Amino acid sequence: MAASTSPALDLAALACDPGTRIIVCCGAGGVGKTTTAAALGLWAAEHGRKVVVLTIDPARRLAQALGLTELDNTPRPVAGVDTSAGGSLDAMMLDMKRTFDEVVEQHATPDKAAQILANPFYQAVSSSFAGTQEYMAMEKLGQLRAQASRDGRWDLVVVDTPPSRSALDFLDAPKRLGSFLDGRFIRLLAAPARAGSRAGLKVFSVGVNVATSTMSKLLGGDLLRDVQTFVAALDTMFGGFRERADLTYALLKHPETAFVVVAAPERDALREASYFAGRLEEEGMPFAGLVVNRVQRVAAPSLSASRALAAAEQLGDAQPRSTTAATTQGLLRLHAALAETAARQEGLVRRFGAGHPGIPTVEVPAAAQDIHDLDGLREVAVALTGS
Amino acid sequence: MPSTVPDLSKVRLHVVTGKGGTGKTTVSAALAMALTRQGKRVLLVEVEGRQGISQTFDVAPLGHQETRILHERSGGELWGLSVDAKESLREYLQKFYKVGRAMTVLDRFGAVDFATTIAPGVRDVLLIGKVYEAAGRRSGRAGAPVYDAVVLDAPPTGRVVRFLNVNAEVADVARVGPIRTQADSITRMLRSHTTAVHVVTLLEEMPVQETVDAQTELKRVGLPLGAVVVNQLRDPMLPDKALKQVSAKRPARLAEAVATDLESVRVRVTNGLVDGLLDDARQHADRVALEREQDAVLVSLGRLMVRLPLLPEGTEAGGIAVLARVIDEQGMV
Repeated sequence: MAASTSPALDLAALACDPGTRIIVCCGAGGVGKTTTAAALGLWAAEHGRKVVVLTIDPARRLAQALGLTELDNTPRPVAGVDTSAGGSLDAMMLDMKRTFDEVVEQHATPDKAAQILANPFYQAVSSSFAGTQEYMAMEKLGQLRAQASRDGRWDLVVVDTPPSRSALDFLDAPKRLGSFLDGRFIRLLAAPARAGSRAGLKVFSVGVNVATSTMSKLLGGDLLRDVQTFVAALDTMFGGFRERADLTYALLKHPETAFVVVAAPERDALREASYFAGRLEEEGMPFAGLVVNRVQRVAAPSLSASRALAAAEQLGDAQPRSTTAATTQGLLRLHAALAETAARQEGLVRRFGAGHPGIPTVEVPAAAQDIHDLDGLREVAVALTGS
Repeated sequence: MPSTVPDLSKVRLHVVTGKGGTGKTTVSAALAMALTRQGKRVLLVEVEGRQGISQTFDVAPLGHQETRILHERSGGELWGLSVDAKESLREYLQKFYKVGRAMTVLDRFGAVDFATTIAPGVRDVLLIGKVYEAAGRRSGRAGAPVYDAVVLDAPPTGRVVRFLNVNAEVADVARVGPIRTQADSITRMLRSHTTAVHVVTLLEEMPVQETVDAQTELKRVGLPLGAVVVNQLRDPMLPDKALKQVSAKRPARLAEAVATDLESVRVRVTNGLVDGLLDDARQHADRVALEREQDAVLVSLGRLMVRLPLLPEGTEAGGIAVLARVIDEQGMV
């Protein structure tokens, strides 16, 4: 039920379509991505899908509602879900370091894996590199999707994206980390002499020397040594990372995936959503539509804001004054304020629709309370799916 | 005022953080404007390349060059800067090694990407290093500081401690060397009483929780805490008595009285009008109760609390100036 001319986003049909295997919820920070992902996952599960929800950084009480009390990187069944339609709901919270460790363990011999895991440079990259979370979220998504095909435990993966600097980081970070890990520079660091002689050019090796000696000055010799050990140890995995990033990218692009951009009816959030929508279309990603969260609604739309304000003023002047006059005035002023907010938000959403004609949109009314149980999620789901 | 409240008038570097979506950039801008209006020369810095400053002040996109945004009649000046990690690296190499030109070679080998995006902690050291340089820059014979105050629109609470605690981050990877030395001087400045880290929040559960967590974390790593800024506050639109009435058990009698009031001023009382008004009022009462709970949680932190009103028109139409005045009145600067 979009207030604009945009077509309605039918999330019920999307979530029920067996052809939909992955739903990615993305958008700026603080717009309710995780709640949207959880509500959609719950709804799909109660309508017969076998769902796993991958969350990155859920609010504490939402995490509790989903039974995510321990961070062990394994999906666990959510209690209290109605499974009478034959569906199920599992949820998990991403542990990025653990996921990275698993990738290493899976792709290297036990000896080599142990060597890599103990390397200080690896430890820093796996726990604090700015793109690791995004990379690992996508890695985990790939794993869950693969397990879904393998053992049939799930037929729908719902994922929310990391709270990045930019909502687009999760698209770019895997490629960035991948191209770094099998890039030229790190190979040069690992074996400058070999690379230089292979190139067989004097200019080239001068360049190598400038590069490595400057980096060494800048970072100190220890780091370089750590990097070299790390790279040498990782050698067997080279190509692997890039390849995996490409696979994830292909998975995201596949028509079985649906991107849902989440926004709030505010200028900045919609600007981010607009940027994101453009980027998804540019990359040919399957973009399903826009969810606008926390939309102000008024429960008595027949009374205009200006009429309400005028009536409030009249009541203030009226004599004799009724005992409830102050309360009624308050109700009228509150109504006027809410109606004005609603009108402003409607204008913002309409402008978005005009800038991106044809993007299916659905609005979710603002809730008075934060959501921290399954019933709260069900209410959100009703608004999301219109059923 | 509790003893934990620092003397914010001595602060020269204001770091502003908060959960995503709480209005860090708006508050940073308003804080910078409040300082400017005191006749100071102020630098407002962003480090995530989001162009939040230029959008807030409606000026051309900022780059790595400091650009004047405002000139006050009081003589105050507001300058803006969007720090670029690569440019910082170039400056850094030039300043310490006179090898700025090596950048081209480094770039060709992917070393610049390595240093600015991948090498853990180095990016943060470069970004905060630029802030450190600007805050400490002096000019002229007398060596007066170029800027009286620097306001940093910092990364969100989830990442800010890692961002500011450069020392620990770098310690793992660079135990010696110039990056390490640089990190040490930055840390000295950040931990001194001329720095304050302000946390912006809304009166909602998650941002308040993150504010509490951030305070604990900041304290743990020895960073000086500044104010807690509650943003986008709405005055309760109903008097306390009305808040109680609408949430009371017997709404039928109230509904009747309200209908009579409305009719007395010739509002056509259609089906559902009164119920609608009361529904919205009940939701509002719930929200107000929740906000008061969250406010109490923040008060118990014992920091200076700055409360900023919601701007119905957003930051346009002089909104930043309104907030700047409130910030000044409430003694944040």
